[in-house]
Amino acid sequence: MKLDEFFVTGEPLIYGGMVAIVLVTSAIIFLLTYFKKWKWLWREWLTTVDHKKIGIMYILSALAMLFRGGMDALMMRTQLAVPDLNFLSAQHYDEIFTTHGTVMIIFMAMPFLIGLMNIVVPLQIGARDFAFPFVNALSFWSFFFGALLFNVSFVIGGSPDAGWTSYTPLSGAALSPGPGQNFYLMGLQLAGIGTLATGINLMVTILKMRAPGMKMFKMPIFTWSSLITCFIIIFAFPILTVALALLTIDRIFGSQFFTLTGEGLPMMWANLFWMWGHPEVYIVVLPAFGIFSEVIATFAHKRIFGYSAMVWSIIIIAGLSFLVWVHHFFTMGAGAFVNSVFSVSTMLIAVPTGVKIFNWLGTLHKSKIEFSTAMLWALSFIPSFVIGGVTGVMLGMAAADYQFHNSYFLVAHFHYVLIAGTVFACFAGLTYWYPKMFGHKLNERLGKWSFWLFLIGFHVCFLPQYFIGLDGMPRRIFHIGPEWFTLNFLSTIGAFGMGIGFAIFVYNIYYSFRYSKRETTGDAWGGRTLEWATPTPVPPYNFATLPEVNNIDAFMEMKEKGETTFDEKKLQPIHMPSNSGKPFIMMAILFFASFALVFEWITLAAIGLAGGLIMMIIRSFDYDEGYHFSVNEIKQIEQSRRGLDHE
Amino acid sequence: MSEQNFSSGPLEYQTEQSRLNILGFWIFLAAELALFSTLFATYAVLSGRTADAPAPFELFEPTSTLIMTFLLLTSSFTCGIAVHEMRNGSKKGLLTWLIVTLLLGFAFLGFEIDEFITYVHEGATLQSSAYWSAFFILAGTHGLHVTLGAGWMILLVIQLMQRGITRVTSRKVFIVSLYWHFLDVVWIFIFTSVYLIGMVM
Amino acid sequence: MLDFMPFRKKGLILLLFGIVLLLGGCDQMAVFDPKGPVAESQRDLIVYSLFFMAGIILVVYVAFTIIIIKYRDHPKRKENSYKPNFHGSKTIEAIWTIIPILIVTALSIPTVTTLFDLEKPPETTAAKEQKEPLVIYATSADWKWFFSYPEQDIETVNYLHIPTDRPIEFRLSSTASMAALWIPRLGGQKYNMAGMETILYLQADEPGIYDGRNSNFNGEGFAEQTFKVHAESADKFGQWVRDKQTNAPKLTQEQYDKLLKPGLTDRHTFSSTHLDWVNHGTHKGMDYDIIRHWKEYETLLHLEVGNIDESIEEHIEN
Repeated sequence: MKLDEFFVTGEPLIYGGMVAIVLVTSAIIFLLTYFKKWKWLWREWLTTVDHKKIGIMYILSALAMLFRGGMDALMMRTQLAVPDLNFLSAQHYDEIFTTHGTVMIIFMAMPFLIGLMNIVVPLQIGARDFAFPFVNALSFWSFFFGALLFNVSFVIGGSPDAGWTSYTPLSGAALSPGPGQNFYLMGLQLAGIGTLATGINLMVTILKMRAPGMKMFKMPIFTWSSLITCFIIIFAFPILTVALALLTIDRIFGSQFFTLTGEGLPMMWANLFWMWGHPEVYIVVLPAFGIFSEVIATFAHKRIFGYSAMVWSIIIIAGLSFLVWVHHFFTMGAGAFVNSVFSVSTMLIAVPTGVKIFNWLGTLHKSKIEFSTAMLWALSFIPSFVIGGVTGVMLGMAAADYQFHNSYFLVAHFHYVLIAGTVFACFAGLTYWYPKMFGHKLNERLGKWSFWLFLIGFHVCFLPQYFIGLDGMPRRIFHIGPEWFTLNFLSTIGAFGMGIGFAIFVYNIYYSFRYSKRETTGDAWGGRTLEWATPTPVPPYNFATLPEVNNIDAFMEMKEKGETTFDEKKLQPIHMPSNSGKPFIMMAILFFASFALVFEWITLAAIGLAGGLIMMIIRSFDYDEGYHFSVNEIKQIEQSRRGLDHE
Repeated sequence: MSEQNFSSGPLEYQTEQSRLNILGFWIFLAAELALFSTLFATYAVLSGRTADAPAPFELFEPTSTLIMTFLLLTSSFTCGIAVHEMRNGSKKGLLTWLIVTLLLGFAFLGFEIDEFITYVHEGATLQSSAYWSAFFILAGTHGLHVTLGAGWMILLVIQLMQRGITRVTSRKVFIVSLYWHFLDVVWIFIFTSVYLIGMVM
Repeated sequence: MLDFMPFRKKGLILLLFGIVLLLGGCDQMAVFDPKGPVAESQRDLIVYSLFFMAGIILVVYVAFTIIIIKYRDHPKRKENSYKPNFHGSKTIEAIWTIIPILIVTALSIPTVTTLFDLEKPPETTAAKEQKEPLVIYATSADWKWFFSYPEQDIETVNYLHIPTDRPIEFRLSSTASMAALWIPRLGGQKYNMAGMETILYLQADEPGIYDGRNSNFNGEGFAEQTFKVHAESADKFGQWVRDKQTNAPKLTQEQYDKLLKPGLTDRHTFSSTHLDWVNHGTHKGMDYDIIRHWKEYETLLHLEVGNIDESIEEHIEN
């Protein structure tokens, strides 16, 4: 292979990207060296098994991916702003919408939410860490290197260009030769290992490590939604694993699963993909519902309305999510009966979802609403999401779907549910739990600017797309005709509004780091659940002593009784897991193996895989038992973090 | 091996971490079940799509698959005896039966590899048609799992020789035995839905 | 700042409603401008559902706005309007579970009946006699359309003539990548797939020229894979058929294979069809294209808006 085939050449935008990557990387290396931070980076972050630090790394990576996916979106909207523009060529446009979709779902939405779960769930249930802290680190690094592999395609080898759904036969070896599609397959596969591991890990944590007295139906809603999300991950992700593996084997080793030759069955991909893909939608939206429930209850200063209805609706939604995959391809000609069944099952999802919406309204009823930034995100979710929800029901009506399918109506719908659901929740959750993570709040004034710009930009961007869709504009075309100009132009303006909103959000992180008042208590907002019972910054072991939980709002009860998580009489030494560099090294090795496989360098890939196996063997012989915090150490940590003057 | 004296319930359940690991592994097996179900579903959908390659009934051999089934079922049984010996605290019995299990597992793999080679010589390869792709990937994935399980068991044999039966090693043995029994169950499904049905059709 | 926040929120909602009403008012949108019975039945279903959707949105928005304003943290609020532990009411929860179920039922019934109707050729109004559907094989290739009229023995590329007031039975298939035939003013789409045949019934009641396209992304030339549908009276259609039967050249397999190559092409008309040697909708025809043009799929078109016409010319020269 020649060098100009290895690197992507000929695109000025990509050259710009390469220069930017080189500059940013050298800047980071320079800063780390100049401030002598390499050791710190390794010891505090790359080898950490602490769920709070891993969560922060997830969220930082997700923000970076949101930036990348957002740049893709802005480039697409620029190309579509004016009829027949030549800002992007057809090929480049195809690559960008593919990476936009993949990055946003797999490398932004999921890690963002998993990051929040990482930080919050153990704190909410009174656990000292995940059940398997080592595996948790492994999960993060698998996501990180999966994302890295996928993003490398931008400058090396060329990006995938068959859409985030990668329908066969288009994405097969015959119609999409070259490494681009392999990047998609291997990047997702690598990241998928971590997602599955997190699902198992978090499920065991929630099932087995709750504070004494916290029965299942006393868990906070966010923990409930995380548990159900884990359930979906455990049963849906293996399907994706298989689908990706089969297509990889098709492309690299010449099997005939999805091919046009050898009596392959290309339509099977769509089935497998959506049998994972539809549950996947709920993997990113159920935790979002959980976040909104927490934020709304806190800032409405009122107990959540209809707790058990909330929980059961999550469970029902999760169950139904496995029974609706065909609605993604009603137009495949499965016949009226099959389409009818899946139409009805799809529309049924609206019932538990509607129940949730009304329960949030019920929570707000007779409450005392405090319009903090986090609350604004949560409140604006309700009217925005309802639009996405009702259009979702319209799409679920198969006979009408023949007209909506593959059009901008569909594009508008899923952006309405995924942005108003997931992205708003990520912003709400990050703003809400920020003081717990970093010891200071995000600036409220900047936060509100970013919120209003993003919200208005969002509606201006996506509401017109419903109408362009009804006018027959299909998704994924790289230039528009003059008849669709006005609404597209409006949509582009909205997209840039969202971009500015996001930029302000990121600036706010920097601004608040410099200027925000530091938190002294652990309870920044008058919280209701156990995460607010810990001091800030949260000690490595989270809870010095565990409270007895009798109530859904465990921390409210503690506050009434005057209890804390630092009961000196009950102190005992706390066992902690040791840090380990193995997760990072193992996943780095698998990254190189996958990279080799992308270019079909089989020997190198095999060597890499062997390296991964050797790491697993080394791990098997690792009998490190961890270490303990002594009672005195705990006393010191707690007294200093709680500002108690003991002497 | 003084740790044995802590006993209340089996040794492998005695620490909190062990209980977590075992539950975690059960959930992992649920995910594995989803994985194999997907492979079975693809196999079912693609059955009959043999293109120009030979049909399965022309190639499947009842005797060798029966021997393979016998080998794997027996290995599951010996694996059970190994765990029983472990609970009796007999390191020697545990090691003996684990090694017997391993030998049976390797015999199974030997037959499977031989079977695959025969098929390839007869003109049915991974590349020849959708059906054969599905066959090789389904049976191959199971075979790969058996290989990994055997490798894992070898590691445990070494660790048992180094450390004896402790709360940690006993938990590891118990988990690998769960894995081994699971692969046995999967094989029963492969035997019936792939080989038996394939020979009849 | 906190105090007027809810009013800004309300203002935004009003603005949104304004946009909805403004845009909802224009009926030139293709889906709301049906020219045949299939598109009409789908339009009717959509409009029917829109009433429910508007109702749901209205209820939620009104309730939301009232609650947000009434229960904001405000110094003048009465003490007894704040009930921090009010957390459930069986009656109201039952109501907001049952009403959505009723709505879903109300939407399901017409959806299912329409679905079954769409499987059959549309029935003409009682005044006119029912005509046998006209069969057209619509085959998608990268990135062009072949329309074969087996009864008339005509094949067109990238355009289509159909008679009005007569159901058209499209038999959809593809030479390689999956596509979808969509003529929004005549009705919804269905997929074209290699090795499979899907059937789509459409009908035009009004003569006119309508836009049709592939709506399912299938690679670089996707945006250009469009065609025009010329709907005309039965007489005019007959004239067109006779004209093409006599004047258009025969389609040879060699020429067909050349046309199949991935790329763009202009309109063509032939007085014979490719069905004589291959039907891509059958198991046998599935790999016809791919085994001939494996190599060609590796080259890019380098498609930009300006060079689309050039690409078409270039292709014809080759």
